[in-house]
Order: sequence, then C-alpha cells, then structure tokens
Amino acid sequence: MHLTLEFGGGLELLLEKSTKVHKVDVQPNDAQGKVMMKGLLSWVKSNLIKERPEMFLKGDSVRPGVLVLINDCDWELCGGLDAELEEKDVVVFISTLHGG
Amino acid sequence: MEAIAGELARLRAEREELDTCIRLLESQLEAGRAGEGDVAGTGAGGGSWGGTAACPIRRRGNGFAPADGLPADMIYRYSRHLLLPDFGVEGQRKLSRSSVLVVGAGGLGSPVALYLAACGVGCLGIVDGDDVELNNLHRQIIHKEAYVGKSKVKSAADTCREINSSIKVVEYCHTLKPCNALEIVRNYDIVVDATDNLPTRYMISDCCVLLNKPLISGAALGLEGQLTVYHHNGSPCYRCLFPNPPPVAACQRCSDSGVLGVVPGVIGCLQALEAIKVATDVGEPLSGRMLLFDALSACIRIVKIRGSSTVCTVCGENSTFTQDDFQKFDYENFTQSPMSDKSAPSLDLLPESARVTCKDYKRLVDNGEPHLLLDVRPAHHFQIASVSQSLNIPLSVLEEKLQILETSLKETMDGSASDKPPSLYVVCRRGNDSQIAVQLLREKGFLSAKDIIGGLQSWAQDVDPDFPVY
Repeated sequence: MHLTLEFGGGLELLLEKSTKVHKVDVQPNDAQGKVMMKGLLSWVKSNLIKERPEMFLKGDSVRPGVLVLINDCDWELCGGLDAELEEKDVVVFISTLHGG
Repeated sequence: MEAIAGELARLRAEREELDTCIRLLESQLEAGRAGEGDVAGTGAGGGSWGGTAACPIRRRGNGFAPADGLPADMIYRYSRHLLLPDFGVEGQRKLSRSSVLVVGAGGLGSPVALYLAACGVGCLGIVDGDDVELNNLHRQIIHKEAYVGKSKVKSAADTCREINSSIKVVEYCHTLKPCNALEIVRNYDIVVDATDNLPTRYMISDCCVLLNKPLISGAALGLEGQLTVYHHNGSPCYRCLFPNPPPVAACQRCSDSGVLGVVPGVIGCLQALEAIKVATDVGEPLSGRMLLFDALSACIRIVKIRGSSTVCTVCGENSTFTQDDFQKFDYENFTQSPMSDKSAPSLDLLPESARVTCKDYKRLVDNGEPHLLLDVRPAHHFQIASVSQSLNIPLSVLEEKLQILETSLKETMDGSASDKPPSLYVVCRRGNDSQIAVQLLREKGFLSAKDIIGGLQSWAQDVDPDFPVY
C-alpha cells in the first residue's frame, strides 16, 4: 500500500538526513490483510527511525507530545491505533512546539 | 574606555535634548490640528475629514454620527476596518470594548501586541518578566535597541502607546505564575499564549479553563510554527490534546535550536487575527483545528483536531481541579522543565577528577602542556566561533568517528617533545554535551578525557571576554 508519511516539529531529526516527507510502500500488517496504524508505527520504527526511538514511541503508541494526523485529521477521531489506512493516505507525525 | 564612556554620555544627552524638541514640536502640531478640526466641525455640514486636517486621536463627536455610532476620531482612524462589510461598525465597536491579555512579549508577542494595539482593542495587557536583549531584536520586532537591558513589557507598552494612544495598555513586568495568574487573567476577555516554554503553556491553559477564557495559542521554533484556539466553541484545552507532558529531551528551545525571526512573526500575526475574530465574533476562529506552518517548504496545513475530552482532568465533566489546586500546582515539576527559555538543565554526570574549570584549562595551555581540545558541538555551532586549535567532532557522530580522534591524539604526541600521551579535554557550548562525551570516551578507553566545566559560555565569562557569546 502506498502511503505518504510526513514528520515535523523536530521529529524529522530522528530520520535519515532529517528528511520530512517519505513516500513509502507498506505491506499489510494485520491478520485480515489490512494496514493498521498500530502496525504502521512499528514499521516506521524499524524502517525509518535512525536514532533515539524513545523520542518517537512510548509503549505501543507515539510518545506524549506527538500529534498523529491521518489525511489532515487527528487520529483520535479516526480510531487511533486501530485506524485502518487506505491506499494513498497521508499520515503526519508532528511534535508540538513550545518556543516563541 | 573612558573616552568611549564620555562620548556615549554626550550622545545620550544630545539624544535626550532632541527627544524633548521632538515632543514639543509634536504637541504644537497636535494643538494646531485640533484647532483646524474644530473649525471644520462647527461649519454647517462641514464634516470634512480630508487628509491631515482631522486629528486622529481626538475623542469628540462631530455632531453628525447617530447616537450609537462610533466617535468621529475612531471612524477616521479605523475607516479601513469600517469599510469591510463583514466587520464594519459592529466589529470595531466590539473590538474597542474587548480586552486581551498577551502573555509573553517576545517573538510571538511582538506582532500580537503591535496589531492588537493598532487595530484598537479597548484594553491590552502585556505580561513578561524578561528584559530586552540584543539577541532578541532579530525577531522581537516591538523592541528597539534603545531598550536593551530594560523591561520587555515597558518597551512593548511604550511602542503600543506610540502607535495608538487611544487604547489602554496595562503593564505586568513579571513572570506569569500560578500565584498571580488568576487575578490577572480574570480581568481579560481573551488570552494570547505567546510564551516560550512548556510549563507556562500548561499553566495558561489550566487558568483559562478555570476562568472560562478563550486561549489563542501559538508556538514557533526553527522554521516551523503552530497555532490553535483552545477552550472556545467546544475546542479542547491544552491538556485534552496533551494529557501527559513530552520527555524533557523532546523540548527544544529557541535559545538552543534557533529560530528564523520571521517565523514567530507569521504565527504572531495569525494569533492577532484569531484574537480579533474571537473578540468580534466575526468569521470562524481556529477552534477544533490546528494550523501547521512550515517555512522551508512554504506549506501551511490546517488539520482537524479532537474536541474537548470528557475525561480531561482539568476541563472534563468530572474534573475536580479547582482554583486552589491551580495555585498549588507545580508546573515545572509536572513537565520537568523550567518556566523559562533560558536555563538549560545542567547535567552533573562526572566525578570531579574528570572535570576542569576554564581557568585551569587556560593555565595548562599557558604552561604548554601537550593536549588535544575536542569540541563536540554540532558543526554549524563550530562555524560560529571556536577556540583555536580545537578539533570538532559533533557528539552525535562521536562514537563512529573515534578513529579521527585517535589519529589526532597521535599527531599531538608526535608533535610534542614529551613521550607521555597527551591529555584530552572536551568542550561544548554550555558544558552538558561535553560531559556526555567524556562519559562515552572513557567507556571507549580514552581514560584521560576531561570535561571543561561550563563550556565555551564559561570560557567567555571567565577567561576570554572577547570570545563571542551566542
């Protein structure tokens, strides 16, 4: 399944060359042959995160202070870890900023 | 030195004199204009507001406005607002009756305060405990060089009054804290969070929930910005969105990571806009949505966020959080970070034997002791300024580049008369990363590695005052 993954607010620093936008091809990751958010998180951890994974994940979810957006919508409104992804979905991981 | 001080004093006196002259002339001009305005006002049907003849600050009706209309001076000053069909007289009237508290007179707060003063909010409160520093001016555009070393709030308030003397500006020259926040925020309709640190953000949000005030929240760092309106029209509070604070390592500061001046400027302008929309009930405020700004890619993304949470510990249905709890809440402990952008937590990882002060280091350099100075700052920091003869290997790549270090140490030994292996000193900006580096180096067998306490900041303070501070 083709997905666009974007990282911002400093999360991109955990990735190779601090690249923000990643076009990826992800294989189904649950028993029903679907791509779920939960599976996507571990896929990101093993395939994209290059350093300090604890700055991205905590337990089986994202760490506090990270917003996850599926097609510009808070993942909490789409099922969170149980959200099912579809072809060409855009998933954004953004760390909140506190500066000013 | 004395000559410079003398010249400075002379110039300052000259400036003071000029300022007095300017003020005198301005008031003469003002008086002249007022006289002309009176003539126009008394003439039959002569409500001519042509060009400079009108006094924009004068608060006197012209006798033609309907009973509920705006005073003539406001009509002229805000005419471009009044011409907007969606905004009009009603919008301007609401604005002039609204009060907005801006927390933080920095990169975000500068454009917020400037625009809110200019657009004519009735009362503008500004809170900040900091003084203006020279390295603020590239982004905190409300402050001028003459105010360096003076209170940010005083500086911001003076500028606001220069722009619009018809509004009320209230100065709070101290940090907003749980013990004073309630009594200050209570007096305002709308709060703008233009602060620079995490614990203050939680505190302001909690305070706004307790007093039921809409919160216009903006943040900026590096080349990115974020903006949303909390606790308004069913939108979440900060805690609904972030019930748990992020780990300390994830909290970057402008004073560590940098910020392009115009980025908080953009977000601050948008905060002013949202404050105006909320104050006037015009348009759709950014509640339940968040704006994400990426300056590098020129990308603005507006996303839908969750509504207020029924189980939120502060704004939820069963919340037991009271004003009393608020005043006792330890926000710095909750977030494990200070209520300031400046004080970076200082580590204490090493035994005393693995550390030297800058002065000690200077002494051994002067004594010609063979050694290698390793600077573990990121390469772009090293480019800003460095101590001569230092080797730069950033901490992030130190482990994989130990070979380079090994070679350099060997070269240092070959170049010295002594057959004793040279000692290794490690420096960084403030003395935190250097400790981590020394710990790592000792584990990898570089047993002579020592940390220079306080980093280049201490070096500039205690040894070389000409070393550039950044």
